[in-house]
Amino acid sequence: MIRYILLRTVQIIPTVLLVTIVVFVLVMVIPGDPVLSMLGYYGDDATTAVPKEIYDRMFRELRLDRPLPIQYLFWLGDALQGDFGKSVVFRVPVIDVVLSRVPATIYLGTFAVVIAIAIAVPFGVWAAMRNNTWVDHLASGFVLFGISVPGFWFGMIAILAFSIYLDWLPAIGYVAPQDDFPEFMKHLILPAGVLGLDVAATILRFQRTDFLEQLHQDYVRMARAKGLPRRIVIWKHVLKNSLMATVTVVGLNTARLLGGSTIIETLFSYPGLSRLLIEAIYARDFPIIQAVVLLMVMLVVVINFCVDLVYAYLNPRIRYATA
Amino acid sequence: MSAMATDDASGPQGKGSLRHKQVFINGIPGVFFHDRRAVVGGILLLVMIFAAVMGPQLIPYDPRQPDLQDRFATPSWSHWMGTDRNGRDLLARVIAGASTSFKVAVGAALLALVIGAPLGAVTSYIGGIVDDITQRFMDALIAFPARLMAIVLIVLLGPSVVSLWFAIAFTSIPQYARIIRSSVLDQKEREYVEAAHAIGEGRLAILFLYIVPNVLPPMVVQVTLDFASAVTVEASLSFLGLGLVPPTISWGGLLNDAQQWLETAPWLAIFPGAALALTVLGFVLMGDAIRDHLDPRTRRRGARRLAG
Repeated sequence: MIRYILLRTVQIIPTVLLVTIVVFVLVMVIPGDPVLSMLGYYGDDATTAVPKEIYDRMFRELRLDRPLPIQYLFWLGDALQGDFGKSVVFRVPVIDVVLSRVPATIYLGTFAVVIAIAIAVPFGVWAAMRNNTWVDHLASGFVLFGISVPGFWFGMIAILAFSIYLDWLPAIGYVAPQDDFPEFMKHLILPAGVLGLDVAATILRFQRTDFLEQLHQDYVRMARAKGLPRRIVIWKHVLKNSLMATVTVVGLNTARLLGGSTIIETLFSYPGLSRLLIEAIYARDFPIIQAVVLLMVMLVVVINFCVDLVYAYLNPRIRYATA
Repeated sequence: MSAMATDDASGPQGKGSLRHKQVFINGIPGVFFHDRRAVVGGILLLVMIFAAVMGPQLIPYDPRQPDLQDRFATPSWSHWMGTDRNGRDLLARVIAGASTSFKVAVGAALLALVIGAPLGAVTSYIGGIVDDITQRFMDALIAFPARLMAIVLIVLLGPSVVSLWFAIAFTSIPQYARIIRSSVLDQKEREYVEAAHAIGEGRLAILFLYIVPNVLPPMVVQVTLDFASAVTVEASLSFLGLGLVPPTISWGGLLNDAQQWLETAPWLAIFPGAALALTVLGFVLMGDAIRDHLDPRTRRRGARRLAG
């Protein structure tokens, strides 16, 4: 097992480096002059308005006079220490801005995943057990719905229904849990619900198929042949195996979750990390864009990595089959 | 999935018809007879395509023509989907959006296919270090959340149909490369490849004339599903204001506008979104149906009794 961990860690390093390079290059190439943005000048007359010395000084400060690979190395070194420079818009260290938005997104994501699992897993099991009945068809319908219907449209319909017509829940905003917990929950339900349903559809699809396949396995027949009551077979053995796979799917869908949260956060004016990214893009705030993109991608890479390890731990065959 | 083409010697897809691509394509249209979903999906798509192509001729309104006397009209006989804040007919705008969405989705999916598939096929066929490097690169690309990458690329390239193609295709490319890679690796060791090599067929010829026809079916599935996700991603981007911008009309853009007027004019959000959902549904149904049709395991599943 240790060997596998080491092997995977080594394998992942080039990927990680590649990711940082891509992020760095991508953001460097975004149109717009970073010097001018940093100095706070916008508009077409900006180039003439700035005194040359100040422009040059900032140019050197941002290390734009050095060759690109050197810039990259400096950037990487700083980033590893948590220094992403100062935000153009907010005028405070990027890391502060980013960290202030992280909790909101974490709450959203976690709650969405909880909702998704709470719905998808029981539903999937039920559908697999009642294969080809109306339950199964309902599940398939739900999956199709979740995949086809775009999150933001569903969100808008949800807002129409719950905020406008029924007036049960607020449509926008965020309240920190430590300030006012009931309000926090009320603001969280709609966005997390919409996001959660989307993820639920993906999980349901997998859960149902997997559970169904498990039921066909020889070991289930064996357990029944041994005389174990159906209930025990289902709950103790099949469910455990199936859940393991489900957790893997959830982990692997983090990327999708992050993508979905961009839409949801914008729709509900929810002040999370993803929305910060959008705002930063509009404002051409390079340091923030870099930091957020890097953070998000790293998160995905790390989670996928952990999922791989968990899976290898639970399924010995993977460990020995290293490619 | 691709194994079925060569392993199963029964029926028209037997070993004797390797060079005849038509045989494999024939297998796919059969799905319409076997699976209702394909029919439903097909109908939905046909309706959408018809609307996109013929719609502008049939609808009396110009999607960009404001009619300030008739703003925010609720759906009625004169305006089937109502009007927006400038009095523009929504149905006409939704139809205009349809053609935009199709243009973007088809372009993006095909671009990804055209880049990803040959790349995957050639590198995996060559094998060795070339394959390894490409794999690492693909792994890195897959780590990037699709929407995120699309957003960043759009900012880079500026909002236009072509840049959307690249932005959306960027993250789909690894998928095609992967699918084709697993198929090619699977087929590489088979006897018919050895036989072709023995009779002196060049390696590239073997790759494209023998192996590729066998990997087409899963590709078709992937392309269909890719259309679906491309439509969604484009709409999402336009919704965020980062995709296609006015005066280009797109469903995402329509939904973005509709946001502010949700309380007073909900139809502005309901109709474009419904069109979007139905289109994606059409693609997904077709893709799922074709995939299940081609997969020998699900074909046989039917009414097996469950354990216990």
